Amino acid sequence: MPKFLLLVAALMGATASAAWAGADVSHFTLANGLEVVVVPDHRAPVVTHMIWYKVGAADETPGKSGLAHFLEHLMFKGTEKNPGDTFSRQVAAIGGQENAFTASDYTGFFQRVPRDHLREMMALEADRITGLVLTDEVVRPELNVVLEEQNMRVANNPAARLGEQIDAALYLNHPYGRPVIGWRPEIEQLNRDDALAFYRRFYTPNNAVVVVTGDVTADEVKADAEATYGKIADRAETNPRHRPMEPVQEAPRTVTLADLRVEQPSLSRDYLVPSENSAKPGESEALEVLAHVLGSGENCRLYRGLVIDQGLALNAGASYSGTAVDYAKFAVFGAPKPGVSLPQLEAAIDGILGEIVAHGISNDELERAKTRLIAEAVYAEDNQASLARWYGSALAIGQTVEHVRAWPDRIRAVTADAVQTAARTWLDRRHSVTGYLVKSLQSEEKRS
Amino acid sequence: MKGMRAARRAVGFVAAIAATSIVFAATASATTIERVTSPSGIEAWLVHERAVPLIAVEFAFAGGAVQDPAGKAGTATLMASLLDAGAGDLDSTAFSDRLERKAIQMSFSAQRDTIQGTIRTLTENRDEAFELLRLAVTAPRFDAKDVEISRAQILSLLRRETTSPSDIASRRWWETAFEGHPYGRPVKGTAETVASISIADLKSYAQRILARQNLKIAVVGDIDAETLKVLLDRTFGALPEKPELFPIANVAPRGLGRRIEISLDVPQTVVDFGGPGIPRQDPDFMAAYLVNHILGGGSSDSRLYHEVREKRGLAYSVSDNLVWLDHAAVLLGGTATRADRAGETVDLIEHEIHHFAESGPTAGELMEAKRHLNSAFALNLDSSTKIAGLLVQLQLDGFGTDYFTRRGAMIEAVTLDDARRVAKRLLDKGLLVTVVGKPQGFASSKAN
Repeated sequence: MPKFLLLVAALMGATASAAWAGADVSHFTLANGLEVVVVPDHRAPVVTHMIWYKVGAADETPGKSGLAHFLEHLMFKGTEKNPGDTFSRQVAAIGGQENAFTASDYTGFFQRVPRDHLREMMALEADRITGLVLTDEVVRPELNVVLEEQNMRVANNPAARLGEQIDAALYLNHPYGRPVIGWRPEIEQLNRDDALAFYRRFYTPNNAVVVVTGDVTADEVKADAEATYGKIADRAETNPRHRPMEPVQEAPRTVTLADLRVEQPSLSRDYLVPSENSAKPGESEALEVLAHVLGSGENCRLYRGLVIDQGLALNAGASYSGTAVDYAKFAVFGAPKPGVSLPQLEAAIDGILGEIVAHGISNDELERAKTRLIAEAVYAEDNQASLARWYGSALAIGQTVEHVRAWPDRIRAVTADAVQTAARTWLDRRHSVTGYLVKSLQSEEKRS
Repeated sequence: MKGMRAARRAVGFVAAIAATSIVFAATASATTIERVTSPSGIEAWLVHERAVPLIAVEFAFAGGAVQDPAGKAGTATLMASLLDAGAGDLDSTAFSDRLERKAIQMSFSAQRDTIQGTIRTLTENRDEAFELLRLAVTAPRFDAKDVEISRAQILSLLRRETTSPSDIASRRWWETAFEGHPYGRPVKGTAETVASISIADLKSYAQRILARQNLKIAVVGDIDAETLKVLLDRTFGALPEKPELFPIANVAPRGLGRRIEISLDVPQTVVDFGGPGIPRQDPDFMAAYLVNHILGGGSSDSRLYHEVREKRGLAYSVSDNLVWLDHAAVLLGGTATRADRAGETVDLIEHEIHHFAESGPTAGELMEAKRHLNSAFALNLDSSTKIAGLLVQLQLDGFGTDYFTRRGAMIEAVTLDDARRVAKRLLDKGLLVTVVGKPQGFASSKAN
């Protein structure tokens, strides 16, 4: 079971900022500072209950990478009131599902249960905001579990290892350059005291957002939240999230990861671009449309140009992930056909990017991208967990419910000019890292 | 209250259109399923849900990779990948353009026993979605250019799999367990067989397999039975009545008691293990389902999870599942563990399984598993696409819409004696184990 799912920020990209404005959303704040969002969905007598803490890997102390994620695992080890795996057994006994995830800017926990059990889940979740008890007896085996998770997700996977190297090179100063799961030598040193110190500093009701979607009304949820979460005192001040910021980036960077197991070379270039939080009005939305026109679906510029027309690549695409406090990444990627070198493919990608910078996109492309981006919001409304995730991630980075609900309007307002301006401004190689995944450094994949 | 409302609606449908309607009475969901039959006799299971303006369609043709011609393994996979790459008068670019303009999602895939298809559309684009689906299943083009693009993508995937530990472990398990049988062939084929598939092979496969008699359909969303009936005939009516299926022998997995080690230079060792399962229509199936859940069925409550992960921190994930195919049933599990303790991990899993076969579950474990599986069933159905997918699977497995009312009682009927007997039946025949990596700590006598 994929419990304790580790969410890499990039995965959130395609859909993270979308949510349908059709849903009837309520939002309120308890006296202790806990925010609550309620999205009713009466199709089945089921609820999805999530708590999002506004803390992630980017908030770790240097030298303690992986701590946010390690603590996420340890949150399942029990409290004084509900020791051991009481919480998980309770969820299992009622047939519920649970999971948790960590990203650079937030850490989340959720359960999906029959609606009658919502209050019980809220009580258990409220209890572990401040009640966690940790002993070395449970911490040590869990550290081994996390190390095996790192093995599975990263060490065994050359493409994931390249991804870590690209991030580390992309951020010259900002902690987004650290892997969410941590650098292995630092994970190995994490311990109980580190975890508890981090917990006491960041796990407090005034640093959390609860999202409930499902067969409930806002009034019921409010009453239940007051009776459970409302009883937990805020125990720490929350400070603005000031992280070390990027200096002016002046030099394009390139990294190459060689592993004998690489049977299909590929390349990926990440540009440092504004997130929804740091962008000027309309800029993040223009980047969203740009990523779509460039790199989503079989008729996008990259796939059609490189795979269908020029026959250079097996696959190609682009993505933008705007849900972040400080910066976002705009990625383009491709896998060459046998016989085509990575520099050849890179030159062809640059040609396609250059065309958009020089000539912009057509109105037809603009409209098609908008239709699909807005439809994504309706599709997401079909799944309680994705809906809860959109609201939760947005609020966890400091956005508002209104901002999320305005998604279709914000996308509709994007113009072809804005997309061209975004391309011209942000597809600047000086703010980018290009990563090559190859079998051997001696192979013909040398850069031109 | 929801149940009553749904029941009334069900009665209404029975009167009006003479379709069978059943309420998910035994589950947490109040969804109503109707059996809809078109004038020409094409059947679909429908859940009419108006709350979200979309329609999800899932369908399957019995056939799949097991029907690949001899020496042409991978035909079903390549064929399925091309069904949405141009059809009728529309070449692949025109076809994907039509889909993208209306934000219609369509995809096809080949499994061992089926060709599966899925579409998702906004209600407003319903007719266009069904029209494009009609073209895809009745008039696929298989243009040479698109065939070569797909073939190159699959060959690339196959190259990558040659150095991926999990793919190697799984492939070797199936090859060994089902040597000489079509189930022993890789679903995606091999570099040699995929290279040998001609356009004529693809057309011939499509003609043989895409027929009405072996087609199961489920539709969930904003569409009523009368509208669906018309669309069923229009979409699938032109398909041939009967498929031409090669006879396939029933088979049991072999190689039990063997441990096969495959050396690969990766930090984490990947392990697949499995043996005979229990067929879906066997009277012992529900008992086996419960037994498997208790042993390692993917919850954090399972014995393997406790022993391997929680107590010892040997792995991030460990689980096993019942896999039922048309001509075989297997129990299949896996884990990924640190190389220096790989021997210990495999010994521990084998020991737990052996012990469980001898003594079976406790009364408490069985009770908890029953509670969990009764409730989890509906909770897992968290999107229209997932509900439709389950409804197709039930049809493939030969159940009626009354499965939902019967399931609870089937679970309750399993006694502790049944569970103990079935644990032994299921688990005491020995395991075929494949191990990929640089494992240490194995007693050499058991190695292959």
